[in-house]
Amino acid sequence: MNMQLVTGNHAAGHSMSLAGEANRNARGVVCGIYPITPQTEIVEYVARFPFSKGSVIPVESEHSAMGVCIGASINGARSFTASSSNGLAYMAENVMVASFYRLPIVMAAVNRTLGPPWNIWADQGDSLMFRDFAWIQFYCDTSQDVADTTMLAFRVAEDPRVLLPVMVCMDAFIVSHTSMEIELATQEQADRFLPPCEIPHHLDSAHPVAAGGMAFPQDTLTHRLEIDETMRGVPAIIDEHREHFREEFGREVSGAVSAYRTEDADRIFIASGTISTTLKDVVDEWRERGEKVGMVKIKLFRPFPASEIRELCADVKKIGVLDRNYAAGIGGIFCHEVRASLQGQGDQMVQGYLTGVGGGDVVPGLVGEVVEDLTERSTAGDPVWKGIES
Amino acid sequence: MNAANLKFNNDEAREACLLRPGSTNCGGCGMSAGLTMLGRALQSEDYSLVIPACCGIVTAGAFPTTSYSVPVLASTFASAPAFASGVAAVNDLNQDPEQKPARVICWAGDGGTYDIGMATLSAAAERNENLIYFCYDNEIYGNTGGQRSSATPAAARTTTTPGGKGEGKKEIIEIMAAHHIPYAATLSIAHPEDFQQKVRKALDITGFRFFLIHAPCPTGWKTEPAETIELVRLAVRSGIFPLYEVYDGIDYRINAVPDGTDPARYYEKQKRFSGQEIDLQAAKDSSQKRLERLRLLAGLV
Repeated sequence: MNMQLVTGNHAAGHSMSLAGEANRNARGVVCGIYPITPQTEIVEYVARFPFSKGSVIPVESEHSAMGVCIGASINGARSFTASSSNGLAYMAENVMVASFYRLPIVMAAVNRTLGPPWNIWADQGDSLMFRDFAWIQFYCDTSQDVADTTMLAFRVAEDPRVLLPVMVCMDAFIVSHTSMEIELATQEQADRFLPPCEIPHHLDSAHPVAAGGMAFPQDTLTHRLEIDETMRGVPAIIDEHREHFREEFGREVSGAVSAYRTEDADRIFIASGTISTTLKDVVDEWRERGEKVGMVKIKLFRPFPASEIRELCADVKKIGVLDRNYAAGIGGIFCHEVRASLQGQGDQMVQGYLTGVGGGDVVPGLVGEVVEDLTERSTAGDPVWKGIES
Repeated sequence: MNAANLKFNNDEAREACLLRPGSTNCGGCGMSAGLTMLGRALQSEDYSLVIPACCGIVTAGAFPTTSYSVPVLASTFASAPAFASGVAAVNDLNQDPEQKPARVICWAGDGGTYDIGMATLSAAAERNENLIYFCYDNEIYGNTGGQRSSATPAAARTTTTPGGKGEGKKEIIEIMAAHHIPYAATLSIAHPEDFQQKVRKALDITGFRFFLIHAPCPTGWKTEPAETIELVRLAVRSGIFPLYEVYDGIDYRINAVPDGTDPARYYEKQKRFSGQEIDLQAAKDSSQKRLERLRLLAGLV
C-alpha cells in the first residue's frame, strides 16, 4: 500500500500526473497551466513531473490554459489542468468550448469564493457557475476522495460513450491544504486502469473537417441533443468504472450520492463537499438522542442525480439542504436542484440553508442549528442564512 | 450527423488549392487572395489551420461542409495562439522523423491579433511556440460589419468611428519583433513571388513565425472589388505598407523599396476616407521617416 500524508492539492496533482504518464504509449500528454491560490500546488506538481512523453505549457492566463488543453485534446493527447475562483471565471469561455467540442479534459477546481471582496476561502460558487456548460462535476470531501475521483474522472471522460470533460471539485484549504494519510495510486496501477486516450474526432489531415465552424439551428440542436443523451447515460457509466476502480485499487470510490441513516428517517439533510463530513457527525449525535434524522451526500452535481434523490427522499416529509454557495436572487444552488428534482413527486418540504458562504467554518454547532430549525419548521420559506455574527 | 464520420477524398482538391470552390466570401476579398497564395506556398506540406472568430472561419462554410482542404480548428476569438500551442505540442511529441513535419498555422484577422488576442499572441511569441501566425489585416472588424480596431488607420470612417478614426494604427511587426521571435515579416498579395519566398523560408525556421498581410476589404473599405490588388500595390509603392522582414527581432531586411508613388492615389480609391481631411504631406513624411528608420535598421544607411 502506497500510504502517504498529503494534501488535496497533492492528491489531485499526483493522480493527474500519473494519468498523463499512463498515456506515454499513445499521443502523450499536453497541459496548459496557470497559477491561482489555492490550487497553485496542483499545477506546480504537474510542472515538475518527469513525463516520458509530455509538454506542460505555462501560459499567461487561465483562458489560454484551457485553450492549450483544447488544442492538445483535439489533437489526440490526454490533457488536464486546474483552476479556482476568478481564474475559473476568466477561463469560462474556453471551459464551455471544451465540452461543446466533446473533449475529455479533466480539471481540478479548488472551490474558492469569487471576488470581490477578495477572499481565498471555500465557496462553491466558482465551479457551480458552469452548471449549464456540459461538464460532468464531482464534489469531493477528502484528499482520498480527490485522489480516487481524479483517476476515475479520466476513465469516465474518455469513455467513448461519454467524451465530455470532467471537473473534480474540492473545498479550498479544508481539502486543498489539509494533510491526511491516504492511499495514492502507483504508476503501474494507473497504467492498468487507464486505457490509451483515444479522441475519435481528432484533427486528421487525411480527413479534413472544419471543427467548430458554423452550424445551422438543426445541426446545433442535434449537437445539444447528443449531449443530453450522453448525460443521461453518465451515472450508469460512472458506476461501471467505479467497479473497475475497485478491481484495480481494492477500495471503493464513492458514487453520485451516498445515503447515511436514511432508512427510517423522517428528516433528511443534504450536503456536498466537506460540510457532508460534519453533517455525518451531527446526524450521529441526533440519532443518539433518538431523533430519526438521516443525510445524503451529493457528490455528482452534473448530471444531477435526480432519480436517486427522489428515491431516497420518497418517504420523508422534511428535507433540509445545506449550501456553501449562493445564487443571487434564488438562494442555494443544490437546494434549488433538489427542489426541482422532487417537484410533482409528493408533498415534501424542502428548506434551504446557506452555510459557510464566503468560506466561514461550518462547525457541528452550526449544523445542529440547521437540524433544529428544520425540526421545528412546518413550512418551507426563504433560504436561511447561517453563520451571521450579530 | 457526426463530423468524425465524414470522409472527403481531398488529394485532388488540395493539390489544386487550399481555398476550394464554394466559399461565400465577398468579391475582391483580400483575405481570400491571401489564402490562395498561402495554399500555393504550402502545397504538399502537411498542416492544419487554427482560426479564431473572423471572416476566415466563416469562409469554411456551414457544417458539415468545409471550403478548406486542410483540417481547421475554430478557436475562441482571443485564443488562436493558445489552441495552436496545444495542437503544435502534440504534433511535436508525435513527429515521425521519416515523415513531413505536421505544421500548425494560425490564420487570424486584425481584431483577433491587434486587439482581443494580443495577450495570447504575445505569450505564445514569448514562449517561442513552434507555429506560424498569419494576420490578415483588413483594418476593421470586417465580419461584424466594419467597426474600428487598433489596426484601423487614422481618418478611416468605420461604423464606430463615423467621423473618422482619430488615432493611427499599431505597429504590429515592431511589437512582434520586440519579442525576439526568429522571424517576422510583412506580405503583399500584389507581390506573389515575395509572398511565396518568405513563407517557404519560414518553413525552414523553428519557433514562432509571424506574418502580416495587408488585406483590403471592399465591403468595409467601400472600394471596388477589382482594385484590391492594385490598392495593396499602391500601399507598398507609396511606403504605406512596407515589405520587410525581421530576423530574431534585430536583423532587418527590406524586400521592396517604395518608388515615391503619391499616397493620395491609395487614399482616393477608398470611400472610407471620403470627406476626410487627410494631410497628404504628413502621410508622405511619416512614410518617409518609417522607411528611413527601416533602412537604418537594415544597415543601409
